[in-house]
Amino acid sequence: MSQARLMQGNEACAEGAMAAGVNFFGGYPITPSTEIAEIMAKELPALGGTFIQMEDEIAGIAVVLGAALGGRKALTATSGPGFSLKQELIGYGCIAEIPLVIANVQRMGPATGQPTSPAQGDVMQARWGTHGDHPMIALSPWTVREAFDVAVMAVNYAERFRTPVIILLDEVVGHMREKVVLPKAEDIEIYPRRKPNCTKEEGYKPYTPMADLVPNPADFGTGHRIHVTGLVHDETGFPTGSSKITENTIKRLHEKISRVQDEITHYDEFFMEDAEYAVLAYGGTARTAYAAVKIARQQGIKVGMVRLMTIWPFADKVVKEVAQKVKKILVPEMNYGQLVLEVERAAAGQATVISLPKYNTEIFTPKEICTAIEELTAEVVK
Amino acid sequence: MRSYEKYFRMNRLPHIWCPGCGNGIVMKSIAKAAEQLGLDQDNTVIVSGIGCSSRASGYMNFDTLHTAHGRAIPFATGIKLANPKLKVIVITGDGDCTAIGGNHFIHGARRNIDLTVILFNNNIYGMTGGQASPLTPTGKKATTAPFGSVDTAFDPCELAKAAGASYIARGTAFHAKPLVELIAQGISNNGFSLVEAITQCPISYGRRNKMGDAAGMLKWMSENAVPLAAYEKLAEDQKDEKFPIGILYQKTAPEYSAEYAKVIKLAQEGK
Repeated sequence: MSQARLMQGNEACAEGAMAAGVNFFGGYPITPSTEIAEIMAKELPALGGTFIQMEDEIAGIAVVLGAALGGRKALTATSGPGFSLKQELIGYGCIAEIPLVIANVQRMGPATGQPTSPAQGDVMQARWGTHGDHPMIALSPWTVREAFDVAVMAVNYAERFRTPVIILLDEVVGHMREKVVLPKAEDIEIYPRRKPNCTKEEGYKPYTPMADLVPNPADFGTGHRIHVTGLVHDETGFPTGSSKITENTIKRLHEKISRVQDEITHYDEFFMEDAEYAVLAYGGTARTAYAAVKIARQQGIKVGMVRLMTIWPFADKVVKEVAQKVKKILVPEMNYGQLVLEVERAAAGQATVISLPKYNTEIFTPKEICTAIEELTAEVVK
Repeated sequence: MRSYEKYFRMNRLPHIWCPGCGNGIVMKSIAKAAEQLGLDQDNTVIVSGIGCSSRASGYMNFDTLHTAHGRAIPFATGIKLANPKLKVIVITGDGDCTAIGGNHFIHGARRNIDLTVILFNNNIYGMTGGQASPLTPTGKKATTAPFGSVDTAFDPCELAKAAGASYIARGTAFHAKPLVELIAQGISNNGFSLVEAITQCPISYGRRNKMGDAAGMLKWMSENAVPLAAYEKLAEDQKDEKFPIGILYQKTAPEYSAEYAKVIKLAQEGK
């Protein structure tokens, strides 16, 4: 495993998931995510795992939720239109607290859009696609190697917080091939499935939150005879009409993630020490942005870069600090302007935030971002 | 305590179904079938969708799962494949199973995966207050079919047979004792089993279609449900509202989770 290999992002994502213990895949084919399903179909049986191709996208996530309740670590993969179809059951995973990983290799939309051109148009869908209130964890890799790391991390976070976790890839990272050296299996930390903390006789209640606000519902078939529902439920797992319990549940779901927000916010900073301007980017776009920032530096422009891996929860604190340091933040994205709204919110007027959207099916060139950086410096601050 | 009561979570009862509803009879039939088979409560999972009948999962003393509308079968498929030693029983209603869940129903049957689907058929959407379902007979009234349903109703048994199910039976809430047997045989079948259980909804269906109260609806079942062999001998003009009950179809076919176990073996042997 430790030798160098030429790999695709989707392949690295699949391998990372398996390295983290995923032994169940269910899904429905959709480009540009299909390689993930194909690799799982081929690799899982030898590991004693299970692959099933379902009849549609909704069945693709339902089967994975069932498998997770049956004790498996489970993954599904999809792209924009399929991601929309899965939304109701992503919410089910949130309220029933079922560990689950969804890889969404974004493509151009809305609807069938421009299949299957690169885009980053599902940033807000990843956060707000379901109905109702719940937190969300979404991670977006920018290299093939990182697609592996993010998959490991996503599986671990899903298990640790018992919640769906989204790997927000884009077609650029998903289909790009790079030389990578993967970590050795023994160097990969794996978060184990949470187990009941006491016996039935001692009064085990599957949805009693532990100190980290996460409950330990037992896997089916382990003798606890638990009830799992998408209805608001109390600690026993059975539905309740109580407004107080409803309020507490929604609050706890949010707080189990918000209290670890800083810990799970992953990002890189480049050339930020003396930066007067910053480019904030993620996913495939961050690769171009990095090249552009280096060129701008050679031209003597004091520009740095922040690259977000954690998209949700949003890196409020990071952006706030950057905004206090620089005059302007440029946000290039392969969409009409989505994450830029969060950057604006977090910057809270401390720096000028400028959107650099692109939504014509083509990826950014370094020149485009360079030109935008030059314009940052040329503009008179009003 | 009666012997089958251990299959109920007595602290969750009484149920929320309306007076006269037949769902309790069907649920009790499942419990009695479980007793007859001596089902291991720790290795049996009951999965339901959304709707009146789907509330049954909460009352039954196993690992239980109340899923989303129409999605019980794919959830159940995941549980079965995750741990093939588990017996998995699906409780669903006519709207849940054949409308929003219709595609999952036919694909579950196609895979012949070892699930037992108990389809509570009351011909109506009860929980949302009496809207037409795909099993509302043509001409019958519903809140969304005030002049009588224009649609042709599915025959879920024929549908499951065409799709590949290996055990198909129909019973009624009136024929409660035979229903236990039909369910028990369905659970014993190693493959996709459908038991359509005709059950009365006096509030949202019977009243609107002038079928009388619960007793009147049970009487209708007693008069119109005909054992398969006798039904087949009826002349076409005698069939009218009549329908066959009993085991309607049975075959031996490869079961999905066992077939997938062979795939795992092949892959592990490096073939």
